Order: sequence, then C-alpha cells, then structure tokens
Amino acid sequence: MSAHAGGYSANPRIRWIEWLPFVLAIAAFFALPEYLSLGARILIYILYALSLDLILGYAGIITLGHSAYFGLGAYVAGILGARLGVSDPLVQLVAAAAAGGLLGIATGAIILRTRALTLLMLTLAITSVCLEIANKATPVTGGADGLSGIVVAPILGLFRFDLFGKTAFLYCLVALLIGWLAVRRLIYSPFGASLTGLRENPLRMHAIGAPVYWRLVLVYTISTTLAGVAGALITQTNQFVGLNVLGFESGGELLVMLVLGGVGRLYGAFVGPLVYLVAQDFLAKQFPEYWYLGIGAMLIVVVMFARGGILGIVDSIVRRLWRRA
Amino acid sequence: MEGFLSSLVSVAFHGTAFGMILYVISVGLSVTMGLMGFANLAHGVFAMAGGYVLTSMISRYGVPFPLALAIAFAVVGAASVVLERLLYSRLYAASDLEQVMFTIGLIFVAVAVARMIFGTLQQPVILPDYLKGQFPLLGRDFPTYRVFIIAFSAVMVGVLWFGVERTRWGAMVRAAVDNRAMAQSIGIDTGRLFTLTFALGSGLAGLGGALGAEIIAIQPTYPFENLVYFLIVVAVGGLGTLRGPFVAALLIGIADTAIKYWYPQYGAFLIYVATIAALLWRPAGLFGRQHT
Repeated sequence: MSAHAGGYSANPRIRWIEWLPFVLAIAAFFALPEYLSLGARILIYILYALSLDLILGYAGIITLGHSAYFGLGAYVAGILGARLGVSDPLVQLVAAAAAGGLLGIATGAIILRTRALTLLMLTLAITSVCLEIANKATPVTGGADGLSGIVVAPILGLFRFDLFGKTAFLYCLVALLIGWLAVRRLIYSPFGASLTGLRENPLRMHAIGAPVYWRLVLVYTISTTLAGVAGALITQTNQFVGLNVLGFESGGELLVMLVLGGVGRLYGAFVGPLVYLVAQDFLAKQFPEYWYLGIGAMLIVVVMFARGGILGIVDSIVRRLWRRA
Repeated sequence: MEGFLSSLVSVAFHGTAFGMILYVISVGLSVTMGLMGFANLAHGVFAMAGGYVLTSMISRYGVPFPLALAIAFAVVGAASVVLERLLYSRLYAASDLEQVMFTIGLIFVAVAVARMIFGTLQQPVILPDYLKGQFPLLGRDFPTYRVFIIAFSAVMVGVLWFGVERTRWGAMVRAAVDNRAMAQSIGIDTGRLFTLTFALGSGLAGLGGALGAEIIAIQPTYPFENLVYFLIVVAVGGLGTLRGPFVAALLIGIADTAIKYWYPQYGAFLIYVATIAALLWRPAGLFGRQHT
C-alpha cells in the first residue's frame, strides 16, 4: 500500500513544525478579518478530515458515508437549538458527539464484518438512509428547506457568537486543537500502532492474537464521535443545517479533500481542506464548470502520479533537495 | 378490487421496465468488477454519455431512433476503450482507495464536461411515432415505449447470456473471472480480454442510458444521482455473475416503483434499508460466491 506513508513512530514528542497550522490560524485571525467565516469552515473541515484520516489512513477502512455521522451531529445540534430550546453550545456539542458515537458503534459493529465493495456499499447506503430521513421528516428537520432559527447561546455564558465570526473562529480553533491532540495521542499510542498493522495486514494481526474486529469498531466509533463534533460546529457557526451535510456527495467531497492533502499522514487532513475550500471559495462561484473539471482532473492526476497527495509531493521535493545538499 | 389489480399490473409493468434498464446499465459493471476487481464508481458516466449521444443524434441530426441507439452503443463502447487503455489499465493493481478516487475524479470531469456542452437542463427524448401511444395487450393498454424497452432489453439479455455461456469468448471471460492467473497461464490474453469486456460492458451501459433516457433523466448530475442504484444492483446481485444482477435489478426496479406508487412518503428509504439487510445477510450478494 504505497499510498500510505504514515505509521507508527516511536517518538511522540510534538515537533515545532507541527504547531505551524495553529500559528498560521492565529495569524489569519488578525490579518484576514474578512475571511473569518471561511476560516471557521476550513477549521471544521480539518477536524472532520482528521476523523476520516483516523479510520481511512490509519485503519484502512474505505468509506463513502462518513457524512452520516457529520450530518447527524449537525442535525442533533440544530434540532436541540431550534426545536428543543437547548441553546448551550457545549451541551449541543456533547450531544452531537454522543449521537455520532452511538450511531458509529451501532453501524460499525455490523458493517465492519464485511470488506471491499460490500463495505463501501454499506457505508453509502447508511448515509443515503440518513439523507432520506432528514429529507422526509420535515416537521423535525425542515426537510429540503433546511433547519433555520437555531439558537446558540454564548459559550460558557461569556462569549457571544458575533456577526464577524470572531468567536466562531476561535471556538472552532480550540475544538480543532483538542481534537488534533486526541487523534495525535491515539496514533502515537500502541493502539495506533496496531491500527497501522490492521491496515497493512489484517490476517497477520489475527494470527498474532490482536482482536481485529473490536479494534476496528473502537477506532470507527472514536472517528464518528469526532465527525459528530465537527457536524455540531458547522451548525453552530452557520446557525443553519441543510440536507447538503448528508449523502454521498458530502462524504465523497470529504474523501476528495483528504486524498488531495495526503492520506494517513495526519497533516494531509490539514492541507487538503485548506486548499480545497480556498480554491472553491475563489473559483466555484465564478466558474462552477471549471471548478468541477479542475477538481476531477486534479484527483486523476493525484491518483496517477502523486499518490501521497500534496504533502507527498512536498515530501519528495524535500527529500530530493536533502540528497543534493 | 379491479382498481387494485390494475394498479398492481401497472406497478409490475413499469417496475419491470425500470429494472430492465437498470440491468442493461449495470451488468457491465458487475462483469468488470468481477473480472478485474476494479471499483468503478464512474460506470454511470457511460450511461449518461449514451443518453446524450442518443438525444443529440435525434434532435440535432435527425437520426432515426434505432440507428441512434446503435450509435450510442458504438460510440460509448469505443470511447471506453480509449479510457481503459489510457487510464483504467494503469490502476488494475492499485488499491481500492486509489480506484475509488480515480473514478470519482472521472465523474467530476464528466459532470463538468456535460454541463459545458449541454447545459444543466434535462435532455428531452424525441420518440418516433411508432413508439408513442398505447399498446393493447391482454385487454389492457400499456405505453408502447415501455413495452419496447422490456422486449428489446429481454432480447439483449438473451444475446448476452448466450454469448457468455455458450461461446468461446464467454468461456474465456468466465475462466478469467474464476482464476485469472490460471487463465493467463493457459494462454488467454487477459489484457485484451479485459479491454474487450470493458468496452462491451460500457457500450451496454451507453445503450441502457440511451434506452432509458425517458425513465432516468439525462442531465449532468446523472452519474452522481444514480450511482447508488447501479452499485446496489451489483452489490446485491453479486460480482462476476450475470443472473444475480438480473434478479437484483428486477427486484429493485419493481420495489422502487411500488414504493413510489403506494408509499411515496418513504422515498428511497426502504430500498436502502433492504439493501443493508440483504448485504448483511449475504455479504457477497444474493447470488455471489460467499468468501468467508
């Protein structure tokens, strides 16, 4: 599996360069105040992509339906805020995380017994089922019109979500920081090492006595919990949820972002959404046809020639320079 | 009672027509996935291309309907050979993820190209007069075009099954599906066989897309919107078989039509739930060989 460069590393110390995304995010907060809502969206998608990288890049589970858990989290937060009068953002966040985790363990426990096309099809079917429910249960979800009028109270009663998106940006940044530390800790733990083992050779992991199925279910549940959190964040920052958070197109788009950035290397999940969403913001509105054409062509090129994604390209350039020096 | 019976007949009839279209489109996907193990999510692109070829042949160049169908088959099949040689063939040994991403990329490109050439509107299908109107059968009237779809697809299916099960080429395909290494070692040129089979499967998809242009609307988002249905047919029917997807396609066609007729509030929900149940019951499909 040459596409995956990541794996177990014995030294879990955080290198200085790993703080770079957060330094850049703080710099962007001060330097680009008019792009804060785009920035918050990027931060949320980074968290979402991190959750996918955990199962796809490390455990090797290919899914087209990760949007099921993201969308569930988004709708749980939205329904709490708009229909049930629970406006505390942290309560909404925890509820969305719990919902994502519960759906994750329930679906993961049944679908992770299968492999390859069957698994792919099942993940697709699950997110399609969620989409149909959200679409048809109009009294609760707002159906095709989406759910608006979502009330989100100030965070901890102190920080109000302002019009300029300052609070939202920092809130998402803190959530991402915590999520990143958790995922990173997990990857550098013996559990993370066993995930890499599962990706590379499940049969052999069986043979050495690892509980393959339970490890997969566990990591799947952790990942869906994170996806639920990301979903809640997107609802809270937009104060709106629509059907576009669910379904194959949403799940596929996330996969595209992660693959563009680089799979199984943790920071591919940072680079992919950043490049994708910034490019989309500039291109998609003016030239929707060219946007799709470009993103499709880029995917084909990445798969054909640059299997490590953007970070893989950076890696090979750095390595070449290193050798020359 | 008479009312119920007539709606039952009507649902069965329209469901069969839809199922036939689904089968003609998806059978190539089942064979190529079984043969090459290639996770080809972009199969719907070929069906869409067939639909566009048919509609523009008829509306722009006034080509007669049967000829337009044949052209759709030939053009899509030929184009797929180019794609297979240039791109697909390099990824046969790649991981599932790479194949999935490559074919999603292909869908994006196809959607963009379709939108640039044809715009976002649905393409109208102009039928010849002899396929319009009603066709009396057993004391009932059926839409002639649907009758034509069912009859024509049935003939195609018959020819295909005969080809795969009774000819030398079919025996070679089946041998390669069963055991590619062995087939290769007794002198079957599996590379050429793949290309040919891929072209035939894609051509059939083009034909199905053209034939079903009136049932499954031809518009740029076609490959995305219908992907789930094509995949369900293949996954539920089983890879590398001909009969499995046939039964699955008919089941899905009829069930989908019945649900939309009697329980429209459920939408496609029940189909997806049934798919999940079927795949959990038999992970390799209802008729696929179970590997456990």
